[in-house]
Amino acid sequence: MHPITTVHYLALSAALLLIGTVGVLTRRNIVVILMSIELILNAVNINLIVFSRIWHNMDGQIFAIFVITDAVAEAAVGLGILIALFRNKETVLADEIDLLKW
Amino acid sequence: MDVILFLVFAIIAVVCAINVVVQTHPISSAISLIGVMGSLAVLYLLLGAEFIAAAQVIVYAGAIMVLFVFVIMLLNAGAETRKGRSFMVQLLGVPLLIGLLGLLAYFVQRLYLPGVTVHFGGFRGGTPLDIGRALFTTYLLPFEVTSILILIAILGAIVLARKEMD
Repeated sequence: MHPITTVHYLALSAALLLIGTVGVLTRRNIVVILMSIELILNAVNINLIVFSRIWHNMDGQIFAIFVITDAVAEAAVGLGILIALFRNKETVLADEIDLLKW
Repeated sequence: MDVILFLVFAIIAVVCAINVVVQTHPISSAISLIGVMGSLAVLYLLLGAEFIAAAQVIVYAGAIMVLFVFVIMLLNAGAETRKGRSFMVQLLGVPLLIGLLGLLAYFVQRLYLPGVTVHFGGFRGGTPLDIGRALFTTYLLPFEVTSILILIAILGAIVLARKEMD
């Protein structure tokens, strides 16, 4: 049985990035779009930790912590915007919020 | 053992991630996302990033997902109906997706970095001791700036979600 190398981890990260991108582009519910963004940020985290493992240097893990912090801030502000939006428009579907569409 | 652990949890992560995108009800997506976070924490442990694995479970699977589920319940969002997609999308969507996947796989293959073999306990640089030492010496300024970022996020969330008082 072949041993697991870091390339396998990079492939997993690429798969998660792709799935997250498809979710952002195809879903209509804004909550699910935010969840897909979390998937993309997790793919970034895998990459950072794998590179930290390759070079035996833990700077990548520090960056992963900052990315996690960013994800928390982004989720909090995004869901706050979503609540304000729902209060005004009574919908959470991205294609029904077309106030700026000509 | 490491191979089995990696394969099992990588497959769980990818299947749950696909489930996040294809489920029509947001609650099902949120539960699947918790599965992704949990299995990724195991993969981080395999890479020797113990602190990140704990933070992944506590912050992502705990805090963020509770926030998501709370907002889904608050907004009472039902299942999402599919809308008819345009002809161009139906025609070009799958080929372009396969093209993007192929391009991504090509670059991962091309970029074949020194493929370090990963086994459990092979790298011991991610303990809370090491992380804390680096965070409070080398990366002290980014750490403090991050606290300001969090403060701004708290203020923004409160201001955005507050009910307008007349």
